Amino acid sequence: MEKNDEFMPKILAFLCNWCSYAGADLAGTSRIKYPPSIMPVRVMCSSRVDPVFVITAYLGGFDGVFVGGCHPGDCHYQKGNYYTRRRFASLKKIFEEMGLESERLRLSWISASEGPKYAKTAKEFTEKIKELGENSAKSKIFM
Amino acid sequence: MTKALKINKNTDQGVQEFLKVLLENNKVKGVFTLKKISKDGSIAYSLITDPDQLNDAVPFYPLMPVNAGKLLSRFTLKGSTKKPIVAFLKPCELRGFVELIKREQGSLENIFIISSTCGGVYPIKMSLNGALDKNLSKYWDTVKKGEISPDLRPACKACTEFIPYTADITFDLIGNPELDKQCVLFLNTKKGEELAKDIKGELLEKKIDSKKLDNICNKRETEKKKIFGELETKMKGMDGLIEIFGKCIGCHGCSKVCPICYCKLCGFENSDFEYKPSNYEADFRKRGGIRVPPGTLFYHLGRLDHISISCVGCGSCEDVCPVDIPISIIFKKIGESVQKMFEYIPGKNVEEEIPLITFKEEEFAEVEE
Repeated sequence: MEKNDEFMPKILAFLCNWCSYAGADLAGTSRIKYPPSIMPVRVMCSSRVDPVFVITAYLGGFDGVFVGGCHPGDCHYQKGNYYTRRRFASLKKIFEEMGLESERLRLSWISASEGPKYAKTAKEFTEKIKELGENSAKSKIFM
Repeated sequence: MTKALKINKNTDQGVQEFLKVLLENNKVKGVFTLKKISKDGSIAYSLITDPDQLNDAVPFYPLMPVNAGKLLSRFTLKGSTKKPIVAFLKPCELRGFVELIKREQGSLENIFIISSTCGGVYPIKMSLNGALDKNLSKYWDTVKKGEISPDLRPACKACTEFIPYTADITFDLIGNPELDKQCVLFLNTKKGEELAKDIKGELLEKKIDSKKLDNICNKRETEKKKIFGELETKMKGMDGLIEIFGKCIGCHGCSKVCPICYCKLCGFENSDFEYKPSNYEADFRKRGGIRVPPGTLFYHLGRLDHISISCVGCGSCEDVCPVDIPISIIFKKIGESVQKMFEYIPGKNVEEEIPLITFKEEEFAEVEE
């Protein structure tokens, strides 16, 4: 058992049905260990993730928001992830410019066969969020 | 080298004569322009078809009651007029209109666009108590000298896109010392040349004086740096944002006047975003209280996400804000940095696609980790 007082981040992860979600599944069936910080939401394509979802999660108090999609060129719908990439770039820029922590947002390409990569990404991202500490939006009343 | 037409009358008279000839010769059916609508100096956009009414037309009045790009989009949304009309737009209004056309919210068909190099406009509030009329001669003096008038909208003081991109005809106003004696029109397109055919004046081969304009651009650039710098000191992290947007009363006026926010049913006014009892309970538990109405920061961040790519920095949002949030500067600053990332200037070219609906296969590798 981990000590209770240790901060365990809560990370919301949008995983695309065809690659990242299957990759996460593979990490599970291969019994690779990774932190229990991630809460997956399955979406049909990473381009289904409206940046407003990410903003909602961030302001709602999630310590990190993760979006996972197929590698560029491998999208089940041909080009969905290219759009995701542009949207995400724009959103990150907005966060940076507003002085918010854009490091709490992460986009990764994880294919269905990359179970170990999923576990590694989950571990890395969790560690990074642990360094950043709790999302300050969580305790703010006047938003 | 573009063609230019010199009319030996002062700008106000020159424009009116120009329009009168157009209407009387039946070249155009109407003129879309700012017009005095009452004796107390109220100004509004109007579509004039009667040449006699043109005496009250004030196309270059330094006021933007609503972004005319938005108005023109509503006018052409369901199709164009059968006969052509002439529309006077300020450069940012024109850019807003072009962005709306890209979103299939209007059309350029049967519209002649006339614009000018723009010296900026005053806040609406100044037009209400007559202060604007008193300032008018001072305003034109600074425009002639190519300087920035004080009391302008902050967005106008920091505007470096004051030369219209896609106008058929451009009036040379800013930095032109001869405004009282003559007016010069640059005929940028074939459409523009066709339009100016019957007008009495001297036809020249002339280019817009870029050195003069660069000089003005530099002044505005300095002002922009100053205004952005002031904002940067305030906009630091969550606490800074709460301080800035804490005053917001949630009227959503900024989106109502925004030329880019064209949705009839705004998502942020959707009942999906209304707080349910479970939301309140969750927030009480998590935060120990809640701001009412909730979701202010969410609204502004969401709107930034929607429009920053196309924000033309017209400043209408700040003009209508009842609690004086420096919203136009925030949107302009963030908009410009997002646009720079995609090497996109909103409203520059009707053919160019909005960056978020297109892509290149090899780009933004740094976004992915």
